[in-house]
Amino acid sequence: MLKKSLQAQALPLATPEFQLTVLNQRSNSGKEFPFFGEKLAQHELFPLKPTGIQIFQVNVGKMCNQICRHCHVDAGPDRKEIMTRETMLECLVILATTSIDTVDITGGAPEMNPDFRWFVEEISKLGKKIMVRCNLTILLANPKYYDLPEFFKAHNVHVVSSLPYFAASRTDAQRGEGVFEKSIKALQMLNAVGYGQENSGLQLDLVYNPAGAFLPGSQSSLEKEFKRRLKTGYHIEFNNLLAITNLPVSRFLDYLLESRNYEAYMEKLVNAFNPIAAAKVMCRNTISVGWDGFLYDCDFNQMLDLKVAAKHSQHIRDFDLEKLSTRHIVLNQHCYGCTAGAGSSCGGETV
Amino acid sequence: MENSYYNPADLPKFGSITDLQPEMGKKFFSYYAEVFKEGALTEREKSLIALAVAHAVQCPYCIDAYTTDSLEKGADENQMMEAIHVAAAIKGGATLVHGVQMMNKIKEVSM
Repeated sequence: MLKKSLQAQALPLATPEFQLTVLNQRSNSGKEFPFFGEKLAQHELFPLKPTGIQIFQVNVGKMCNQICRHCHVDAGPDRKEIMTRETMLECLVILATTSIDTVDITGGAPEMNPDFRWFVEEISKLGKKIMVRCNLTILLANPKYYDLPEFFKAHNVHVVSSLPYFAASRTDAQRGEGVFEKSIKALQMLNAVGYGQENSGLQLDLVYNPAGAFLPGSQSSLEKEFKRRLKTGYHIEFNNLLAITNLPVSRFLDYLLESRNYEAYMEKLVNAFNPIAAAKVMCRNTISVGWDGFLYDCDFNQMLDLKVAAKHSQHIRDFDLEKLSTRHIVLNQHCYGCTAGAGSSCGGETV
Repeated sequence: MENSYYNPADLPKFGSITDLQPEMGKKFFSYYAEVFKEGALTEREKSLIALAVAHAVQCPYCIDAYTTDSLEKGADENQMMEAIHVAAAIKGGATLVHGVQMMNKIKEVSM
């Protein structure tokens, strides 16, 4: 079980440069994967351009109460990068002056940001849809978080929670010992205030990430099984299951290399390249804001420090909707993770 | 010759069996794909059956493939091990049920 982030361990993979080097070099057996951009070019999708910005994803900090084995953020209790209220204010100005309708708040554990509740309240006043990516265990981590389900309800927050499996074995292997039991309690707390219940209007979605070097199966069939098992085992209800492929970034990349699964996993992603999924990748309708206000095409590019290729609009204070809407999306080898099989995005399958 | 009868790198080459007999090979793969689609049985149930059969026929390629496939389809470790026990029980049962034949023969030739 992990005790510290890669950064706190001062491991080479903690740096974006080293990760990009690994992703772009020949594998140990000499295998070279085609460049992602070339693959897109074969399907007339290069350069990849946005279709419009509908989702404003804000990463409010890397601090988290968990240290998950697959985390692409390398989040954990030892990470101190936190978005300030000043940067949040800059985000609010943009939200107030554009027609972007959805704000997706992520982290770390976003609730650990001291200005989290204020930020949600202000976004709510603007009438935007709010999604919060909640790791569930945070609801039980400290008495000050116990009323979060009520807070979410008050602002009609769409809660998106990670639960990689409907049993402790694989959940705890990925997210830490005891996480499954706490997650179940947290889901019951959310259900108790109406989340996931029919006709409540309070949406509770679960995120499924495979706990290992394999791809997610069909989202609808996994959803059926999750619903059946969580209902019969724990009386838990939820709306949708979002199946997300693990991208070879940060700790998941570390896991792949350490377990000697890297080459086979990359090969699997490359072989499963689906041009239909490629046309529907989330970076085409999303802008991702980092804790320090820099702008990225997605949360993965953010962790690899690949800023948007829109000159003079790389920071929230310089946000220029027109320049961002015509930018070329920055691509690299990790992008194969979003185009494999039925596709993958923060909203699950794309095809 | 390779120094091993089974090479994991051969599994992804399975499709190349069509090189020598395209028509039959293609029909086989088309049938194969149809069989594993969700039908009266779910994809997960079919994957678990395949995993059990893979053990019964002791095919290392199939064991590799259907272990991963079962995980991808959302099967859990207990289901996977139980599926193998089903295969083991049938194989063991198939051996033991012939004991009746043996007993018949004993009766036939004994005083």
